[in-house]
Amino acid sequence: MLKTDNTSRNLCIAFVLLLLVGLILPNWLAFLTTIALAKAMVVVGLVMLMRAGLVSFGQGLYYCLGGYTVGIAGQHLGITDAVGILFVSAFIAGCLAALLGLLLCRYREIFFAMLTLAFSMILYGVLVKTSELGSTDGFNVAKVTLLGWQPSPGQLSLVVYSLACLVAFLTAFFMHRYYQSGMGFAGEAVRENEIRVEYLGVSPQRVVFIKYVLAAMLAAVGGSITAMIAGHVDPEMAYWTTSGEFVFVALLGGTGHVVAAFIGAFLFEVIRTIAFDLAPYTWQMILGTTLLLVIFFLPKGLWSLLKAKKVGGNNV
Amino acid sequence: MDTLLVILIDGIVYSSWLFIVAAGLTLVYGVMKILNMAHGSLYAIGAYSAASMVGWYFTNGYVPWASYLVFLAAAILAGAFAGLLIERGLLRVMYGRDEVVMILVTYGVLLILEDVIKLLWGVEAYFAYQPYSLVGRTKLLGITFANYDFVLIAAAVVIGAMLWAGLNRTIQGKLLRAVIHDRDISMAMGINVKRTFFVTFVLGSALGALAGGLTAPALSVVPGIGIEVGILAFAVVVIGGLGSVGGAAVGALMVGIARAIAVHTYPQVELFVIYGVMAMVLVVRPQGLFVSTVARKI
Amino acid sequence: MSSILETKGLTKSFGAITAAANINVTINEKEIVGVIGSNGAGKTTFINMVTGYLKPTGGSILFRGRDITGFSPRQVTRTGICRSFQVAQLFPELTTLENMLVAHAMLSKKRLGMQAPMKSQTNIDTAMAALSGYEIESYADAPVATLPQGIRKLLDIAMAMASGPDLLLLDEPTSGVAIEEKFGLMDTVMEAVKRSGAASLFVEHDMEIVSRYATRVIAFYDGHIIADGPTEEALNNPEVREYIVGSELHLQKPEDDQNAEN
Repeated sequence: MLKTDNTSRNLCIAFVLLLLVGLILPNWLAFLTTIALAKAMVVVGLVMLMRAGLVSFGQGLYYCLGGYTVGIAGQHLGITDAVGILFVSAFIAGCLAALLGLLLCRYREIFFAMLTLAFSMILYGVLVKTSELGSTDGFNVAKVTLLGWQPSPGQLSLVVYSLACLVAFLTAFFMHRYYQSGMGFAGEAVRENEIRVEYLGVSPQRVVFIKYVLAAMLAAVGGSITAMIAGHVDPEMAYWTTSGEFVFVALLGGTGHVVAAFIGAFLFEVIRTIAFDLAPYTWQMILGTTLLLVIFFLPKGLWSLLKAKKVGGNNV
Repeated sequence: MDTLLVILIDGIVYSSWLFIVAAGLTLVYGVMKILNMAHGSLYAIGAYSAASMVGWYFTNGYVPWASYLVFLAAAILAGAFAGLLIERGLLRVMYGRDEVVMILVTYGVLLILEDVIKLLWGVEAYFAYQPYSLVGRTKLLGITFANYDFVLIAAAVVIGAMLWAGLNRTIQGKLLRAVIHDRDISMAMGINVKRTFFVTFVLGSALGALAGGLTAPALSVVPGIGIEVGILAFAVVVIGGLGSVGGAAVGALMVGIARAIAVHTYPQVELFVIYGVMAMVLVVRPQGLFVSTVARKI
Repeated sequence: MSSILETKGLTKSFGAITAAANINVTINEKEIVGVIGSNGAGKTTFINMVTGYLKPTGGSILFRGRDITGFSPRQVTRTGICRSFQVAQLFPELTTLENMLVAHAMLSKKRLGMQAPMKSQTNIDTAMAALSGYEIESYADAPVATLPQGIRKLLDIAMAMASGPDLLLLDEPTSGVAIEEKFGLMDTVMEAVKRSGAASLFVEHDMEIVSRYATRVIAFYDGHIIADGPTEEALNNPEVREYIVGSELHLQKPEDDQNAEN
């Protein structure tokens, strides 16, 4: 009855491999992978919400918050420790999400999507008018340190890359277990039938609230890592098209497995980089077409391809 | 007193513009339950069509006054044609999917249209100021207003009235309202729901494009204008209640006036105010102002 | 027999329409009560009020002497009342076993875990045992969306019973089930209820089923209770016969002169 689940073991292997590969990766690819891992963090949170039937069109709010936390901590408060900042930005995002979550947990479907979008646009609106934070241009982020050590500019990207790998690994490891837990299934239960959940003595609102806060913290960590590797933040991070991109990636990967978000994010960055290089005026068109094709032919995302292959293999 | 007048006029002008954009969006949602993210792109298509038509028209030196007919017709036709392509080519095969999935489908359309627009019109800005300056300016209590702004208000009133009359006074409109009210029963009663969808989407797209055409003379037409407009129209429609044309009017007024107050007193909060109003309305009335909640029967 | 549920003057109106008026009902421990009445008589409204889905306009609900009026469904569930639904309320994309596992996980006194796997061997064993109590263990791995109506109804009840409640309210347990399966389904359910020691109340349109399983019958008409008493007596009440049962039913010798009181 219980299928053996090798995910945890495979994740450990993947983590070690990614770290080793990091030593030989060309700069641009290491950068791309770091960004992909960072965005995947946001997407993992989004997928968790989607498994509960909720699509947030405003994860950019926390992504941006995480990025600006790094920037403000470094530029204005003199705090540059990478690990410390990650905790701080997750904490700040968690607090804001707890506040907004009290309201949002009562909303579903389109209204949840629109309200989350509105909140992220409020942050955007505030940031573009705040000249202290560089308005629409944003500002450059101070170089991060690691436990008191200041990496040289050449080492920095490798440090952030490794940190991203570690954080992504921990996220994937625990989120995979989370999906299988009672709370994980509670999300699917809320998606499927809230009345039944209510009559099983559990508050669907509470389930949504917890997931929303967790997703926000993940998004903030993703935003922080992006800011560290890119060295720059701007209000665009909170704009709704950024949030739309996360939804796109979530859909591309699928919600079937935690790793799907990472595959989706990596593929997305690759498609975007290539499309942008080959056809600077039509790369959005390529993305849009990909999105439509995925929705039409692979409603459960790319993961369903991998899964189908696996099941087929076992049957032979 | 002067500021008050300016706020009021500015607010109403902005509301009129918002209403024209939002009317098409809310109509499409009401009938088809599709929240069209690409609505802003249709607006942009209308704006570009109108702007290039104005440019062509005035370089050739035709009768200036007739330009209104020409560029508005160009916007409407371009919007209707784009709507037709989207409905026939894509939405048709996606009907029946979840509302949230449909949002993502139209998001894909938005991405595609943004690049189509760049391919067709390039990335340079278009200016179509002639129809704007043609109607001149008026001095009201010592403050100068562009008459074109009043044209916008009039257009919003006319469009609103036509929509109202169309929905309430014609057979087709009544059929449409039947579909809005209950799609399944309408189908069972023999209403051709598919055709209703088609007509609605084309009409909604044309309305969005018309809004773009109408505003093209008042601003510079640049890439990306649709993205911002689309999201504003969302806010308006969500405030009024998805699918309610009357709601869109009230939502547009609320956002328009709130924004005007912000712009003239504390411009830093302009964007904040718009979404702040939306968030506040949703807090009090989760379904928007003009839609009531339906409890699930068990 | 001691009473567990008591409603006093329970009333619900929607605007000008009164769906339930002055409902006074007492349910005793381990009792099996049938509720009859035509559509719109207020039966489901009654269940909805007791389980917190609808807030009563007036009156009070006491469960084991404790006032639970205005409780939310989940609070009601936590106090020990559970219910089934006319249309089974399940998680269609999950399997039968997963539905049961979720029910157990949610109803347990512990908080929902975020890391401990829900499908541990102990949990699966408990859930399978619960499923076999309703003779549906063979459907364990089937997605609920593919199940036949009767199995869904049983799963719906099995999930409600997972909390080990003191009182089970069944809203038309046999509706949507083929006639020839009705008695089998009721046998299974009633056996399970008796095993658990819970009192139960079931809404039913089929008088044969009512007279076979209920020891007491409450009859609703137009938002009021028109009869409440031992099954035989209530079914032969003249008002009940006129408004609900129909006079062609001759299960028992008529006792026309006996009027059951509310």
